[in-house]
Amino acid sequence: MAHLLDAEHISKYYGNIVALNDISVHVDGGEVTCILGDNGAGKSSLIKILSGVHQSDQGRLLVDGEEVHFTSPRDARAAGIATVYQDLAMVPLMSIWRNFFLGAEPRKRFGPLQWFDAGKAKGIVRRELSEMGIDIRDPDQAVGTLSGGERQSVAIARAVYFGARVLILDEPTSALGVKQAGVVLKYILQARERGVAVIFITHNPHHAYPVGDRFVILNRGQSLGTFEKSEIDRQELVRLMAGGKELAELEHELEAIKVEI
Amino acid sequence: MAETVAPKVAPDERLVSVGPLARLLTRPDIGAFLGAVAVFFAFGYFARSVNWIGDPGIAAGWTDQAAQYGIVAVPVALLMIGGEFDLSAGVMIGSSGLLLGYLTTFQDMNVWPAMALVLVFGLVIGFINGLAVIKTKLPSFIVTLATFFVLQGVNAAGTLKLTGQTAIQDIDTASGFNSARKIFAGDLTHYDFKVKVLWWIGITLVGAWLLAKTRFGNWIYSAGGDPNAARNVGVPVARTKITLFMMTSGVASLMGIIEALELRSMQAKEGIGLEFIFIICAVVGGCLLTGGFGSVIGTFFGAAMLGMVQLGIIDAQWDSNWTFTFQGGILFAAVMLNTLIRSRAQKAR
Repeated sequence: MAHLLDAEHISKYYGNIVALNDISVHVDGGEVTCILGDNGAGKSSLIKILSGVHQSDQGRLLVDGEEVHFTSPRDARAAGIATVYQDLAMVPLMSIWRNFFLGAEPRKRFGPLQWFDAGKAKGIVRRELSEMGIDIRDPDQAVGTLSGGERQSVAIARAVYFGARVLILDEPTSALGVKQAGVVLKYILQARERGVAVIFITHNPHHAYPVGDRFVILNRGQSLGTFEKSEIDRQELVRLMAGGKELAELEHELEAIKVEI
Repeated sequence: MAETVAPKVAPDERLVSVGPLARLLTRPDIGAFLGAVAVFFAFGYFARSVNWIGDPGIAAGWTDQAAQYGIVAVPVALLMIGGEFDLSAGVMIGSSGLLLGYLTTFQDMNVWPAMALVLVFGLVIGFINGLAVIKTKLPSFIVTLATFFVLQGVNAAGTLKLTGQTAIQDIDTASGFNSARKIFAGDLTHYDFKVKVLWWIGITLVGAWLLAKTRFGNWIYSAGGDPNAARNVGVPVARTKITLFMMTSGVASLMGIIEALELRSMQAKEGIGLEFIFIICAVVGGCLLTGGFGSVIGTFFGAAMLGMVQLGIIDAQWDSNWTFTFQGGILFAAVMLNTLIRSRAQKAR
């Protein structure tokens, strides 16, 4: 059966640098696929291809089994693929409700005049956020005053509201404290419950394991394999992610230093 | 953990309820409003010999001056909120007035179609400014500084070549002059208040509405606040900025038309130096130099304040050279105040 989003044999080169080599990822509605990898593993290149920012040099993208060619983020969004970037695509000096509808403002019209329906926007923001269990004090608050977790949550709620079928989350928990990261993970599950397909990019296996249904591990542009949750346990995931051998070596070195001290 | 956590997402125990006064103080335009009131009453004292507060004729004087600043300051403020500057906004007044003079006196055009051509000229210059900024990715400060100097040279050389003098005269001999002057540069019936003041108020209201209530306003904020983020969510940032440049040059052309009709002649150096006054109005009005934040209503009060200073210094019988010093002082005080207000807006809510 065709997957909701399916990337097959994706390769990407920047000049003579191989950023991605033959990577395949898929996700279906109500599932979370985690893409794990250390810095420089190719996670960012992969999501940029999935979200239409870049085009792959080899391989193809399929949505509902149909091949698609995204030439801009707009194309991807039109296909129902929303990306919540690490830098969030939110403007810190603007209020929550202005940010929430930025680029897709609801409008009222009277004759030739059209205006931004602020009352409706504020109402929707309040409702959508509380439905996801996000408690904001005031939609008029500047986004810059929110905590990192709150900002991520607002960004996720925004993507879900605008009909995202596939939600790509770029390191949503990496800059957050433990408690805040937990809040964001909860919203990832909420989105999944609503039938959204989630692609969750992270370098933290402890964040990925509890929410993921499937794990794709990248290392230096290569795939180390795709695992269903039933096929892998947390320790194995951590080991793979860290590049088992390297970690063992590092541990050894650290031990040696400790002895010297 | 010491504190007990509520079952839902922590409803902020850190949040102190904010009173209406504190809330008011986070508005970007409040500083300009209070400043304008303070300046008004200060001259009420220093210029009491001319009945500064009570005499409508005095108010007609400073509102005329304020309109001179405030009309173009509105699009300049929007442009600044959108993250760009236009240093050619002052010289555009001269260029447009001179062009109107040339078309009406040298080409014998009727004033009305000539005005339409002048406005088109303004929009084209704005489009060029915007396109150059977007395409070269250079700071608009530099690009429009270049436009400023190019136009300054054209104004001076062109006027001299045409007239052998430094001004185009006798614009009032053109057909359609009287009807146009009534609408753009006439007097209201009472106390010599100028029609210009209505233009100032009208353009302010339109600008404020655009910024606060429309989709375009949302785009302006985002283009200045974080253009990358805006682009990522599909805001046409380049189009927004080019539109803002066109609005600025277009309104500067309107101001040139108003001046040419009012004075019946146009000096080659008209408008030069005003570009900074517009920026001061916008900054006093709460616009950040870095973009993304500001107010058109605040800019209105900024222009009012500078208009009062200009006329108040004369009415108080001080040496009018002090005007510049005052303007500098106001600018500095406004920036300090704005920094304070912004940090409140971002943190203390």
